[in-house]
Amino acid sequence: MAGMAQTNTIDGASGFAVAPGRAPDRYFKYWLIAPAILLLLAIGLFPLIYSLIVSFQRVTMLDEDYSFAGLVNYAQLFRDARLWQSLLHTAIITAIALPLELILGLLMAQLFLERLPGRQIFVSLLVLPTVISPIVAGATWRLMFDNRYGPINQILGWFAGKPVAALWTVNPDLVYLGIILCEIWQWTPFMFLILLAALSNVDKSLTDAAEIDGAGYWRTFFKIVLPAIWPVMAIAILIRGLDLVRIFDIIWALTMGGPGTMTETISVYTYVQGFQQFETSYTAAMAFLVIVLLTVIVTWAIRRMGLAK
Amino acid sequence: MTIDRPLLRRPAVALSLRYAAAIALTLFFVFPVYWLFIISFKTPEEIFAFPPAWYPKSLQFANYAVLFRDGDAVTVWNSLVLAGASTVIAMVLGTMAAYSLVRFKTGGENLAVWIISQRMMPPIAIVFPIFLAYVWLGKFGGFAWVDSYHGLIVLYTAFSLPYVIWMMRGYIEDIPLELEESALVDGCTRWQVLWRVVFPMARTGLFATSVFTFVFAWNDFLFAFVLTRTEVITYTVQVTHYFGGQSNFWAKIAAMSVLGTVPVFFTVATLQRFLVRGISMGAVKG
Repeated sequence: MAGMAQTNTIDGASGFAVAPGRAPDRYFKYWLIAPAILLLLAIGLFPLIYSLIVSFQRVTMLDEDYSFAGLVNYAQLFRDARLWQSLLHTAIITAIALPLELILGLLMAQLFLERLPGRQIFVSLLVLPTVISPIVAGATWRLMFDNRYGPINQILGWFAGKPVAALWTVNPDLVYLGIILCEIWQWTPFMFLILLAALSNVDKSLTDAAEIDGAGYWRTFFKIVLPAIWPVMAIAILIRGLDLVRIFDIIWALTMGGPGTMTETISVYTYVQGFQQFETSYTAAMAFLVIVLLTVIVTWAIRRMGLAK
Repeated sequence: MTIDRPLLRRPAVALSLRYAAAIALTLFFVFPVYWLFIISFKTPEEIFAFPPAWYPKSLQFANYAVLFRDGDAVTVWNSLVLAGASTVIAMVLGTMAAYSLVRFKTGGENLAVWIISQRMMPPIAIVFPIFLAYVWLGKFGGFAWVDSYHGLIVLYTAFSLPYVIWMMRGYIEDIPLELEESALVDGCTRWQVLWRVVFPMARTGLFATSVFTFVFAWNDFLFAFVLTRTEVITYTVQVTHYFGGQSNFWAKIAAMSVLGTVPVFFTVATLQRFLVRGISMGAVKG
């Protein structure tokens, strides 16, 4: 058998090149990948083109007016204060939640890095929030935050020494705190898991050597550990950053963008325009703006973090 | 023998402190899950007790019985069908595509990057045009796309594909080339090599990746929220149907959430060891 494999290597000789002259094989690699590409084009590219066209028209869900309106919808975007506020809300949530998740996740990873009997049990329990559906996470915190029957106010009451009746999802001063708390609760374990794995892979002899040379904890961390875990950490930041920028479920479950439009993020506002105000063309233009904005941010982030090869 | 160390540096003290921190953190992250679960077992009197009841007096399943009696529980079945079907399709198509990328370098690095960039698409910006397209497609031959299984399965499959391809690339690279070559020499066609050698050899990867693909579709809310009406509502959408109503829907919110969460906990618990690599999209390739 082995002898045969060596004499008969039409396919094996050049790595795994397609054998010339065998018609079914020549297109094999394209047949393999075609279904995936077609599906991605159908769901990724077709809607993009379709909504680009619609965004230049005057379509609403009540009035299918397909006449072209030029840049009216795009001009409208720039005058839409609610849109810019929703972008600001999104930026606020991202700018606060992302660093907190990262730092807390890193601290937790440090805590569980060294030998701690029963570590596996802790880790298994800590992972639970991350695998829950975000809408369920939002619903859970909605129950937790209830001003009278929820445990949060009750526990705060113990510390305050008197009953607390904070309206977490309604009070303008507290609502962001509530959303960010829920967000951090759900996704810090995600950061923790990734960073724990990354830290475990750092070469122990390097950090030991640094300590012998008299480098302090922080110096060792910034000079040796951080550069070693950065590639993984950067991807974790990118994934979480992207998710935060398009945050929808937790907001929808906790506040639906309220009170008023105070916690409306760009995803929530796009939904409201498209499916509650039925402004089809305008929503299409907004969806386009979102795609362009995200593409720019992601490209910038990938370059900045040195993820591009 | 004993060295006089500062109190906090003594091993026993340090370990106790770390335990205290670990327990405090675990309480913070687990308590809300605990709270959700116990509400689902509470009686209305216990749910609306003041001060709150920290544990239910007895485990009673009335809140679940209501969901099954009213037919709301069928939404979990819908989630299962959608997540299951899209996972299987995405795994097959994605692994084929990954095989093509790895073994034939189809499209070079550019195609691979384009595929992963599809993952960056904001769902809200995709789902709106998809909704319009599905409404339009529904005008032909009385074949509905909105509120249908196939409509959502196509969408979930497409959204999972970049992830599947990205992950399976790594697993396929680990398969020794000789195995495939000798199968070819033995007279297998290329397709047979794929089914009989590549898929079985990559089963660990298939297993791990499909868990994440499944959980993604299972936990989705936005797509199902926009693209379902009555027929194929998923459990996540059903949970939100209880919002805003009377407070006695609390029991339903909790019970429905638990019904949808337990399968995920179970799946993830049995597949702990794949978790980290999957969650970081192969970034932590040790």
